[in-house]
Amino acid sequence: MKPFRMFVRSIRDAFKSVFRNFSLSLASISCISITLIIVAIALLASLNINNFAKMIKEDVTIVVFVDREVEEAGIGVIRAKLDQISNISTITYKSKAELREEMQASSSMLEATMKDWSEEDNPLKDTFQIKVEDIEKIDETASTIEKIDGIDSVNYGETMVNKFLAAFRMVEKGTILAVILLIVVTVFLIINTIKLTIFSRKREISIMRLVGASNFSIKMPFVIEGMILGVIGSIIPILIVIYGYYAMYRHFGGQIFSPLIKLITPEPFIYLISLVVLVIGILVGMIGSYQAVRKYLKI
Amino acid sequence: MDGDILEFIRVKDVSKQYKNGVTAVYDLNLKIKKGDFVFIIGGTGSGKSTLIKMLYREEKPTKGEIIVGGLNVAKLRNSKVYKLRRKLGIVFQDYRLLQKSTVYENVAFALEVIGTKKEEIHEKVLKALELVGLKGKLRNYPDQLSGGEQQRVAIARAIVNEPKLLLCDEPTGNLDPEKSMEIMKVLEEINNATGTTIIMATHDKDIVNKMRKRVITLKDGRLISDEEKGKYHNEAI
Repeated sequence: MKPFRMFVRSIRDAFKSVFRNFSLSLASISCISITLIIVAIALLASLNINNFAKMIKEDVTIVVFVDREVEEAGIGVIRAKLDQISNISTITYKSKAELREEMQASSSMLEATMKDWSEEDNPLKDTFQIKVEDIEKIDETASTIEKIDGIDSVNYGETMVNKFLAAFRMVEKGTILAVILLIVVTVFLIINTIKLTIFSRKREISIMRLVGASNFSIKMPFVIEGMILGVIGSIIPILIVIYGYYAMYRHFGGQIFSPLIKLITPEPFIYLISLVVLVIGILVGMIGSYQAVRKYLKI
Repeated sequence: MDGDILEFIRVKDVSKQYKNGVTAVYDLNLKIKKGDFVFIIGGTGSGKSTLIKMLYREEKPTKGEIIVGGLNVAKLRNSKVYKLRRKLGIVFQDYRLLQKSTVYENVAFALEVIGTKKEEIHEKVLKALELVGLKGKLRNYPDQLSGGEQQRVAIARAIVNEPKLLLCDEPTGNLDPEKSMEIMKVLEEINNATGTTIIMATHDKDIVNKMRKRVITLKDGRLISDEEKGKYHNEAI
């Protein structure tokens, strides 16, 4: 009963002091808001970049050319062997006849040269088009496939894929680092702003100590106050995330430069980001208050 | 603990040296009985404020032992200081009231922070304010009161939790002689009515001479006299 009573009092005192010290509260709230906006933008950007990377990775295909001598039964054997390789997600078989039709259909020039070929003349090879699960291991998978009997060659644009991979790794690391740095800077900034708020209430804290309030019950209202500041401070950033991202998505029509680079669809993405922003706001407010009040408690 | 139950406070071989090298108290030994009313007198820098601060564990002694009501104050950790503070009340020269709270709220604050029930708070606050003669000013704010009245609010806050010990650090320092005597009457009444031990640091000669209580005189951090029903020693200044 007693802890509950003190908890309720802490909440009441926290609300009271947010409004009694409104100008200082406003300073903390705007500090939280501004930094959360930057964090939110960084989050939106980095998640979208990761999404582009993922989509481009998914588009990478290994093309396996089968020896011309391999008969239809042999194709089945090769397929069975491919099925056993662990890193492969999908296998699509295309016979040379199918490929020929596809190529003929794709341009009139090809149509003109290819239409006279007899079945035996077809210089194309039967192929498997393979997508992998983990693109980092694509080299390994390709060389395993190449060793299978009856495989003529394997092609996946090695140099380009490797360059892409290196670039993605850098972008991923860079964006994660940027977000973490921003959050750390935000925490420091907020700790200092809240310190100012609490500095003006040093007297109150010293009187609480004097009359025998435990450290925990002194900290409690301040931590709850920090939480309230965090919640209020994240309102504007959340609105910006929701409306801003919708506006941007509509402006670009959901893609940047080419249909290959698609933006993440707004729902439920923006709600997720809003939740993350709210949680960061609350945590940062609480940690800021806790750290600031600790200074006056001689712990 | 060796001892007689009446020995409420015991200060044994206590020295205090501040970080800047100043030694405020040298080898001090004191025993104070339950229900005593004690003056600690001495001029500026005599160590009387330091002694009071050590009793409520705002400062830690550099050497020696301080026992207050069975608690070893010198060894008390910062996170446990509240246990001591709940057993005592403290009154300062500058009142230390919350300016944005009413008289009632200021006194109730001391009970709220330790989790007392609302009805109990109401009852105790009214009782304490009645004892100091301020029952009619519950809703006033500190800046609407005179200095003497503000000090009485501070006393009410100090005694509302029914402490065994009341520490007063120059409580009349900001008041004129007439108001000072009013405060002393209140303190004496508390001492008589509840048996609360009172230790008061002061350099007010008239008060000490009128009250005829135990007087402990400090000079340059050393005890120079300790008399029952004592008088103000001029050499203390």
